[in-house]
Amino acid sequence: MTGVRVLVGTRKGAFVLTSDGKRKKWNVSGPHFAGWEIYHLKGSPVDPNRLYASQSSGWFGQIIQRSQDGGKTWEQPGTAPGEPTATPEGMPKGESNKFVYDTSRKTGKPLTTHMWYDGTQHPWEFKRVWHLEPSLTDPDICYAGVEDAGLFRTSDGGKSWNELAGLRGHGTGPKWQPGAGGLCLHTILLDPKNAKRIYVAISAAGAFRTDDAGDTWKPINRGLHSAYIPDPHAETGHCVHHIAMHPSRPDVLFMQKHWDVMRSDDAGDTWREISGTLPSDFGFAIDVHAHEPETLYVVPIKSDSEHYPPEGKLRVYRSRSGGQDWEPLTKGLPQQDCYVNVLRDAMAVDTLDKCGVYFGTTGGQVYASADAGDNWTPIVRDLPAVQSVEVQTLS
Amino acid sequence: MKQGLIRVILPTHLRRLALVAGEVQIAVDGQITQRSVLDALEAQYPNLCGTIRDHGTKKRRPFVRFFACNQDLSLEPPDAPLPEAVKTGAEPYMVVGAIAGG
Repeated sequence: MTGVRVLVGTRKGAFVLTSDGKRKKWNVSGPHFAGWEIYHLKGSPVDPNRLYASQSSGWFGQIIQRSQDGGKTWEQPGTAPGEPTATPEGMPKGESNKFVYDTSRKTGKPLTTHMWYDGTQHPWEFKRVWHLEPSLTDPDICYAGVEDAGLFRTSDGGKSWNELAGLRGHGTGPKWQPGAGGLCLHTILLDPKNAKRIYVAISAAGAFRTDDAGDTWKPINRGLHSAYIPDPHAETGHCVHHIAMHPSRPDVLFMQKHWDVMRSDDAGDTWREISGTLPSDFGFAIDVHAHEPETLYVVPIKSDSEHYPPEGKLRVYRSRSGGQDWEPLTKGLPQQDCYVNVLRDAMAVDTLDKCGVYFGTTGGQVYASADAGDNWTPIVRDLPAVQSVEVQTLS
Repeated sequence: MKQGLIRVILPTHLRRLALVAGEVQIAVDGQITQRSVLDALEAQYPNLCGTIRDHGTKKRRPFVRFFACNQDLSLEPPDAPLPEAVKTGAEPYMVVGAIAGG
């Protein structure tokens, strides 16, 4: 019996929505971690019952939670209560909520400054985990994208985290500046055909790629044009909002930039615009149909100063031709007086036939389409503001 | 020298993380200071590491405050002795999320 599990991160907790393969009736569990901000939660492709969640608070900092049973129960994968937090030799044990930039001589990079909003330099400070990306092959390995921008990795199921410092120390760091949400590494794509290749995206630095499993990185922003930076074609400084990939074609990438929807057919080496007939090419979310690598979804947002749909009409736009030609998908979505936003990690697809498409809004609705976007229905509608949506197709 | 148990009141979110219901009681060795109480608290509840004080610097997180005996101890030196009533367990040491109201 197939089923679907939708993992929803909100401003005030996490929710797990489940349904059978028909995707008609939904069970809602939660809030998990009530009252905390849940930027993201995601399941392991290898072991779907292994989930990782990023729980954070402006008061109490960053917590990593892990579930072994598909989200029914959760634990912090650090030292158990009552156990000493240091070894007999005095070395601190790794705690699951400990994210420390690696400045060691052997594997680290010096902690530099980054550009602040006013152009001055600002200290690099850890704030929170934006995105968790479990490994494609090992449930104990997971990557974490953090603010201020950095990439961390655990290989012990989330108990300890180590920075892949080559990204932060790439050399252009002092030119990176925060987007409106902060200097955040929000997108991590693992190449299913090349275990050493990882793509990440940072607001507002741009997209980067490693071909050696994270030791060294190169900016992949050629072709991006950003009018809001001094050199619109600069190597870094672009506010990339999200990148999507179809697993069958990992060299083909689709990007929702601050403004502009972009496409690369050469693993990010070059980009070209595919905004075409969109009513606005500003937005956050972008995703690819599970079975049609040329079918894309975006949710146009009016502008960077008006974070809601154009004309108050919530419309998903679908391109069946890899971009340029877009059609509005409106059936079941509010077509008047709708002023919600859809954030960058708040859209996902299932792999059933027909492909299911899901997205969450800052108004607390999670909409689903069980027919690739033709018809939509809210599967839950009064949650706190939705920050992330991930989908697991269960067999 | 082993002292008596120190009573600590945690905010709701941290009680949930520590899996405790009411106030907690902490055995503290040596001088009873904010640092020694928080060290002992983190040793007893490792899940709280990093939530009250920064992992590396051990400085108080900006939106956390410390109260005891109707005093705000947030800006006091971490190695200053805590009030006698806290040492004897007559009064609790309180970890508070900053911002008093909505």
